[in-house]
Amino acid sequence: MRVMKTILTTAAIAVAMAATSASAETTRIALVVKAQGIGFFEAAAKGAEEAAAELGDVEIIYTGPTDTTAEGQIEVINSLIAQGVDAIAISANDPDALVPALQKAMERGITVISWDSGVAEAGRQMHLNPSSTELIGNTIIKLAADHMPDGGDVAILSATATATNQNAWIAAAEAVLPNYPGINLVATVYGDDLSDKSYREAQGLMTTYPDLKAIIAPTTVGILAACQAVTDAGKIGQVNVTGLGLPSEMAGCVESGATQSFAIWNPIDLGYAATMLAFNIHNGASTEAGAEIPMGRIGNATLDETGTAAMSDPFTYDASNIEQFKSIF
Amino acid sequence: MTARIIPDRLQSPLQRRLKSWETLLLAVAVAIFIFNSFASEYFLNAWNLSDATFNFTEKAMIAFAMALLIIAGEIDLSVAAIIALASTAMGAAAQIGASPSVLVLIGLGTGLACGAFNAVLVTVMGLPSIVVTIGTMSLFRGISYIVLGDTAYGGYPAGFAFFGQGYVWWVISFEFVLFAILAVIFGVLLHLTSFGRTVYAIGNNPTGALFSGIRVARVKFILFLLTGLMSGIAAICLTSRLGSTRPSIAFGMELEVVTMVVLGGVSILGGSGSIPGVVIAAFVMGLVTFGLGLLNVPGIVMSIVIGALLIGVIALPRIWAMRRL
Repeated sequence: MRVMKTILTTAAIAVAMAATSASAETTRIALVVKAQGIGFFEAAAKGAEEAAAELGDVEIIYTGPTDTTAEGQIEVINSLIAQGVDAIAISANDPDALVPALQKAMERGITVISWDSGVAEAGRQMHLNPSSTELIGNTIIKLAADHMPDGGDVAILSATATATNQNAWIAAAEAVLPNYPGINLVATVYGDDLSDKSYREAQGLMTTYPDLKAIIAPTTVGILAACQAVTDAGKIGQVNVTGLGLPSEMAGCVESGATQSFAIWNPIDLGYAATMLAFNIHNGASTEAGAEIPMGRIGNATLDETGTAAMSDPFTYDASNIEQFKSIF
Repeated sequence: MTARIIPDRLQSPLQRRLKSWETLLLAVAVAIFIFNSFASEYFLNAWNLSDATFNFTEKAMIAFAMALLIIAGEIDLSVAAIIALASTAMGAAAQIGASPSVLVLIGLGTGLACGAFNAVLVTVMGLPSIVVTIGTMSLFRGISYIVLGDTAYGGYPAGFAFFGQGYVWWVISFEFVLFAILAVIFGVLLHLTSFGRTVYAIGNNPTGALFSGIRVARVKFILFLLTGLMSGIAAICLTSRLGSTRPSIAFGMELEVVTMVVLGGVSILGGSGSIPGVVIAAFVMGLVTFGLGLLNVPGIVMSIVIGALLIGVIALPRIWAMRRL
């Protein structure tokens, strides 16, 4: 009898499910990542749980395929559609191949946003970039200026002279220089994202400009090489190395003092913000161009005409938090 | 002294059927279906089950041809790479405005050409198929990488979406209908035609088959062509479903296809197996991945379950036989 009853109830629920999505008041938000078992995404899931705790009555489904394929993510999306989740926030393995599956999700009333690695416009309601060119340009100058109360000479060690990202960031950095009086940008050199060339360029900078106070490297290869060059030259404390780096690689430099602080996007904040946005859009927030959607403790996301928003300044890492993050990514 | 009874056959037909591989698999499939219905409230829903069929239809189409190839004692590990190349060829044609029917012809043609290439190397040059197809696996996908690099082909014509996203009637997708038709065609080909008998004969004893007047090389040539053709059909479905082509498309699918064939009861050493077994195995794999997906089981655990299922289903009859000895 009990079995019979269970079967009937299950069937009844299944029929009910066909018409409506989740019946409970709990909002179920799926955080879909490129592949499971990657430190960066595990950290994002931590942020998503933080947002869920703050919002209350939100369940986070952290999921993703075993390897970074679009087909694997489509199977995951199909299973999420079947479960009638309320929202999907995805970091895509392929901007185009996921569009049909995500469109199907949206047709069935599921809120779809992408974060970190975006989906083509037709397949999502908005995309959240970790940061923007302007914010990165400002951050790399500020990181140097913060440790130079009396001002002085700084130089930039970039990747290749043709690197699109780095050139855009450097242009943005030059644009905000007038806001930092006393900071004098003396040179921009290119290490081509090769460790040995970056190392030699950093050495050259210190020889040519003996009063150099900081080397700014907006590349993970360059910042590490510059840190090594400063350490080898015995100039720790005189020349501060900063820019964009990975906590796992930069932990030694922060410890030795060659680097006071550096920046990169914070995956925890990214997972947190994506969850907040998915929740708010699910509850009716507009996704038209110019709309402002709250992201909890991080502030508001402003959408541009392609439905894209930037989260915040890159997150700053220094002696106070490097221990916590160096094992994450 | 008791009279010794010597039976004229060891088991009655019914008994034999009950103990067959297909029955065991079917029982597993039913068990998984019932388990899924209880484990997740979302499982018993026509649309959801329909979505779930996409997890296995494309792989199963290739698995039918692969089953014949493995029964004949050969293997083709380049099937996923053929998908990549066929999809790339269709993508390139779509960029210059090819119509859906032309795209289908290009997909089928590329599949056939790749199959013929494998066939020539194996049957004419006499090279071992496992080595040849490991080579062509890198070759075919390598061409896709050279053409596409880290870019993608999109912009397929609107009508092309039907093959991977269209529905024939209510929740019955085009892909599922194609899967069913192909299952029948391959079932008839293997089990009811003389061609099918020669496939078994070659797998059991290639030398014996040759001396019995079977044109072994020609049969194998046809089987490689068929596998290429089915990979081309799978490429059409998958490309249509994704709406875009990247060189990493269908990466690693060859192992899932072989798993499906072996789970279906086809001996990896050749000589035995059936199409109904492969059909049930396709459902088993689809139901397991979909059911576990509904429970949000991490993908790596899913791979472990599929692996355990494969070993379990293969080992069970052995263990059963050993117990009785």
